[in-house]
Amino acid sequence: MSTPPNAMPPQSTLHAQPPAPRAIPPTQVFLWSVRRELWEYRSIYIAPLIVAALIIFGFLISTVHLPSKMRAAMALGPMQQQEFIEKPYDFAALLLMGTTFLVAIFYSLDALYGERRDRSILFWKSLPVSDVTTVLSKASIPIVVLPLLTFVITFATQWIMLLINSAVLIANGMSVAPLWSHLTLVHTFFMIFYHLLAIHGLWYAPIYAWLLLVSAWARRAPFLWAALPPLVIGVLEKIAFNSSHFVSLLGSSVAGPDEPTSTAGQMSMDALTQPAPSHFLLSPHLWLGLATAAIFLAIAIRLRRNREPI
Amino acid sequence: MTVIEARGLRKTFGTTVAVDGINLHVDEGHILGLIGPNGAGKSTALNAILGLTQYQGELRVLGREPWTERELLMRDVCFIADVAVLPRWLRVSQALDYVEGVHSRFDRAKAESFLAKTDIKPTSKVRELSKGMVTQLHLALVMAIDARLLVLDEPTLGLDILYRKQFYDSLLNDYFDRSRTILVTTHQVDELQHVLTDLMFINRGRIVLACTMEEFESRYLEVAVLPDKLAAARALKPIHERQVLGRSILLFDGVDRQQLAALGDVRTPTIADLFVAVMGNPASQSQAHAQGATR
Repeated sequence: MSTPPNAMPPQSTLHAQPPAPRAIPPTQVFLWSVRRELWEYRSIYIAPLIVAALIIFGFLISTVHLPSKMRAAMALGPMQQQEFIEKPYDFAALLLMGTTFLVAIFYSLDALYGERRDRSILFWKSLPVSDVTTVLSKASIPIVVLPLLTFVITFATQWIMLLINSAVLIANGMSVAPLWSHLTLVHTFFMIFYHLLAIHGLWYAPIYAWLLLVSAWARRAPFLWAALPPLVIGVLEKIAFNSSHFVSLLGSSVAGPDEPTSTAGQMSMDALTQPAPSHFLLSPHLWLGLATAAIFLAIAIRLRRNREPI
Repeated sequence: MTVIEARGLRKTFGTTVAVDGINLHVDEGHILGLIGPNGAGKSTALNAILGLTQYQGELRVLGREPWTERELLMRDVCFIADVAVLPRWLRVSQALDYVEGVHSRFDRAKAESFLAKTDIKPTSKVRELSKGMVTQLHLALVMAIDARLLVLDEPTLGLDILYRKQFYDSLLNDYFDRSRTILVTTHQVDELQHVLTDLMFINRGRIVLACTMEEFESRYLEVAVLPDKLAAARALKPIHERQVLGRSILLFDGVDRQQLAALGDVRTPTIADLFVAVMGNPASQSQAHAQGATR
């Protein structure tokens, strides 16, 4: 017998006819699952908000010396002027991105581990939500939600900083013209948006997928299990072949794509100022990374299906 | 209409056999109690039925294969696996929102009206609720889902007697009807005696007894035998004998009530009495198993 899900058995007359079941589209189930993650892991938005508040607070304190420093900077060439003016804004963006990366790592490590530890996996599995939907909704947090959220928070933070900056200059009877002409915020916002989606979303996807896999598999200490295999492979490769391809592969996975003009490590700001979307999208490293991420997520889905509370 | 159909259901963990080829047939409108000692395979069998674990053998729940169709099956099946499974960070209102968002058969108004009868506030988090209140919340969620099979695995574990009684009262009065089926495992068997329609004992992964509650009441009788009738009573082959306050209580299977009345006070045993008799007696265990298997 195969009853279609919407076919209702005749109801007992003792009970009122229940409302006809609404058909729930898969996208709605997915969105509710994402919302569920935001309820559980409030640090996803609280951590970057706290960092943003600290940045603004620190910036506010630093404005005490702003007029004198600004006067000194005016005596310098346009390049140094620009550097002086942009510095705190770049720093704020970097700090927020670093925060997001950390939040994403800790989220991914706990996402499929925590629900087994507190046994709530049994409750979630008692609802008509597939393991595919659950794992993908959890993967979407570091890959999509966090980059977008960080973009909005960075955008807001930099604008507040600009307003504070302008207010202080005006209050001291100084011109805001150099500030507004050197600070190409609109341009920078596009750069930040591109960087967050490209690097934090796509480039880091295999890292997050690996962490989710470990989080679905580990019985305890997921952090250790996530860090150990890469370490062991790196050490074995060094001992066996005296090479370090794996380590440099990992390094570039974290540092970001090799831009034509940059070396790993300097990546963040270079990628911000000189984005090369075509170069990035054609990079085999990116596509291999995304394929790896897909494999890791598929394994995580299979693992969740089998896993019981710990 | 068949709700659960199992043929040779088997599940092993390494060399340990948790479920050893059980056959099970549950029809719509029944409340089946699955009773067994710890480690008897109850939870494993339930997990297989709920699509939480892989198994060998044939198993159909509402016509679906649980392992491959869990997501679809969960539209018609609800379960409360243990009291501790609601996540502690969840707010009551969030629980209602989420289940309403993902479950097409959830009637929010029904859940809210049930919760209104309790002390649970919509803004409370699960971690702020007492154990009994968490179970009430879970029950409110589950009862508002128009499901056809409800599986309860130790639903009242760790609850005081008031909550336990309330739990089964709500289940019977507000939820159960002839189009629904309930499968329940518990160690607090005596409270279930008047709830169940069917009874099943399971031990070491096998079904050792299966009967309806009507059969149970007509088949099994317990006699507090008068001291001078003891030899005559033992001749009728009781399946179990125990001493209470110096009197011998003998449990009989399928012996005529009139015949037993001559030996002493006759009463219907509790499920716990029969459980002890069946589990504590290897000979009657295989006998009961033979009878259970013929069903």
